[in-house]
Amino acid sequence: MKTFKIGGVHPAENKLSAGKAIETLGLPKQAVFPLSQHIGAPATAIVKKGDVVKVGTKIAEAGGFVSAPIFSSVSGKVNKVDTVIDASGYRKPAIYIDVEGDEWEEGIDRSQDLVTTCNLTPEQIVAKIKDAGVVGMGGACFPCHVKLCPPHGAKAECVIINAVECEPYLTADHRLMLEKPEQILVGVSLLMKAAKVEKGYIGIENNKPDAIRLLTEKSKDYSNIEIVPLKVKYPQGGEKQLVDAVINRQVPAPPAIPVSVGAIVQNVGTAYAVYEAVMKGKPLFERVVTVTGHSLSNPSNFLTRMGTPMRQLIDAAGGMPEDTAKIIGGGPMMGKALMNAEVPICKGSSGVLLMNDKEARRAKEQPCIRCAKCVGACPMGLEPFLLATLSELKDWERIEKEDVMSCIECGSCQFTCPSHRYLLDYIRYGKTTVGGIIRARNAKK
Amino acid sequence: MNVILIAVISLGAIGLISAIVLYVCSKKFAVHEDARIAQVAEVLPQANCGGCGYPGCAGFAGACVKAADAGSLEGKLCPVGGAPVMEEVAAILGMEAVVTEPKVAVVRCNGTCENRPRTNVYDGAWNCAIANATAIGETSCAFGCLGCGDCVAACQFDAIHMNPETGLPEVDEEKCTACGSCVKACPRHIIELQPKGKKGRRMVVMCVNKDKGPVANKVCAVSCIACGKCAKVCEFDAITIEANLAYIAPQKCRLCRKCEEACPKNTIHAMNFPPRKPKVEVVPAEKPARVSNGNEPTKVEQ
Repeated sequence: MKTFKIGGVHPAENKLSAGKAIETLGLPKQAVFPLSQHIGAPATAIVKKGDVVKVGTKIAEAGGFVSAPIFSSVSGKVNKVDTVIDASGYRKPAIYIDVEGDEWEEGIDRSQDLVTTCNLTPEQIVAKIKDAGVVGMGGACFPCHVKLCPPHGAKAECVIINAVECEPYLTADHRLMLEKPEQILVGVSLLMKAAKVEKGYIGIENNKPDAIRLLTEKSKDYSNIEIVPLKVKYPQGGEKQLVDAVINRQVPAPPAIPVSVGAIVQNVGTAYAVYEAVMKGKPLFERVVTVTGHSLSNPSNFLTRMGTPMRQLIDAAGGMPEDTAKIIGGGPMMGKALMNAEVPICKGSSGVLLMNDKEARRAKEQPCIRCAKCVGACPMGLEPFLLATLSELKDWERIEKEDVMSCIECGSCQFTCPSHRYLLDYIRYGKTTVGGIIRARNAKK
Repeated sequence: MNVILIAVISLGAIGLISAIVLYVCSKKFAVHEDARIAQVAEVLPQANCGGCGYPGCAGFAGACVKAADAGSLEGKLCPVGGAPVMEEVAAILGMEAVVTEPKVAVVRCNGTCENRPRTNVYDGAWNCAIANATAIGETSCAFGCLGCGDCVAACQFDAIHMNPETGLPEVDEEKCTACGSCVKACPRHIIELQPKGKKGRRMVVMCVNKDKGPVANKVCAVSCIACGKCAKVCEFDAITIEANLAYIAPQKCRLCRKCEEACPKNTIHAMNFPPRKPKVEVVPAEKPARVSNGNEPTKVEQ
């Protein structure tokens, strides 16, 4: 069975909610839409206080090419355009909408019927995806249409769908595959048409045998889509790792991107969003979110409107346990601790994980014993101990030479470190600093 | 005999040619370093802190000599050595020393444990730059001191220390040379270099929170809410309010301390002043009752 070649770790899977069907969560009383829900320029609000919006009304316009518009997920009145503490932990501009009723914008097909015929040209599909505000649903939130327009000189040869879901605890993609397999396959063929490629792969880790079986059966009608079962290993869901695992090509160091070796990688949730955007005329304002944790009485998967506060999901999953010490947006490996439970669900919120005191406590940092476990674990072939030390010493020139920009911040090094060193904290610091230096240098040229 | 002679002559010839080449090179490619640079560098403190804005003491010495040739030493100051060193430098260069006011680092945050409640726990690497990149910090203030002590680590003169009681850094004004290392190290730009002032006296707005009044008011008991009262009472136009934050220009401030009294949140501090004499002539009962005009900033609720 295929997997990526170097590094990787095996964290406990803890897929507590894998057997729970997707439930539709009720409407919130007030929905909050941060204006920067994606990588790139923040969107600009086009509504003001008192405006009446419907479900699917565009409330913020894309702020540039690498950006995406934002749509209201509820109907009601705009309360204010203010700030909210989002998943980053800082106050960011956001639109508040008071919910009244549930009135949808015309032109959105709300039926569950499967639509498979599409007469649009590739350019029209890309335009539709762009106008629907679809971004990568895996967590990085890179605008989908940008990936479909490869930079000059690069030619896409295949679309790889990331259905790996290698993060422990999360099951949103898994459930989506079990419940909407046909829609996903149509979404994949739309992505292939838009990218003008002939071949599509769906990479699934073999801890989801039911999804592999179901999609393999359904994909018989799609001769050019291949289901690729993959050996379980974290971080297989990383773009570069997935390209390595599925088509055995290695993406060079940045600024190279997967399309430099001919692959366009999209999340399985994105494929579903593309299907809804193109075939149903429905912009991106809903997503499946996993709410999970060992102390939680009922870990579940919810189809959630964007802008819903996380507290509502936690309440629907059995209420906030008393011993909660950390609320994490996303999975335990790459997720970020949140400031409070009022943080709204955004396009990239794949999960909410509650950790109790014991799980959340970070072990005390000990001196490095030079065991090089981090070097063996790094899926990018870097030397995490060295990068962390250089970052601590602020040796930015050397750390750039040691290829810090290749780090994908997967946390494998920190996970495997027997001395519990805060490797990723320091590497991330070094990476952001060097990134700033490189940008400044390029701006000078 | 013949062999020895050949060896002596050939070696001698090689030596002669090399000597000529070396002599020509030494004349042709000679670097004429101004002797004064070395002299100036000698009187500098050799801390190589970069506080003067040049790469180390040698760089500063070179810049001084250049400036002297251009006519004036204005703007050149070694913050570590201060006026005495600059006088020596001026003497070497045969110039007159330009008096520059000494400066000192000021930590503009008073978010102590009592003033600014802890709302969450930070358990990452103990480093301000990382804490700042990760999230808002242990309190809800996105602008205030993070308390991990990057400034303490940056100081080469042992002049800034963490106060364990308040969780804030404190500057030892005797030791501070205003080199600016802590200013650069602080990821939230809380520390500023300000003129020391007469007897070290100065008025400082101890807050850098740029949030709107209600938000700033909620997160900290002594935050600036940009109510503008200080700017109104100031007779010297020293106080400006920009981006929801008051700022006292040290050059214009005449130390009247009226703003300190006017500030409803005790954000403005008078530093190094003797304790106030208790006022006897004002009878509290005669004071007119404060009428709320609805804009009372301390009562703003969110």
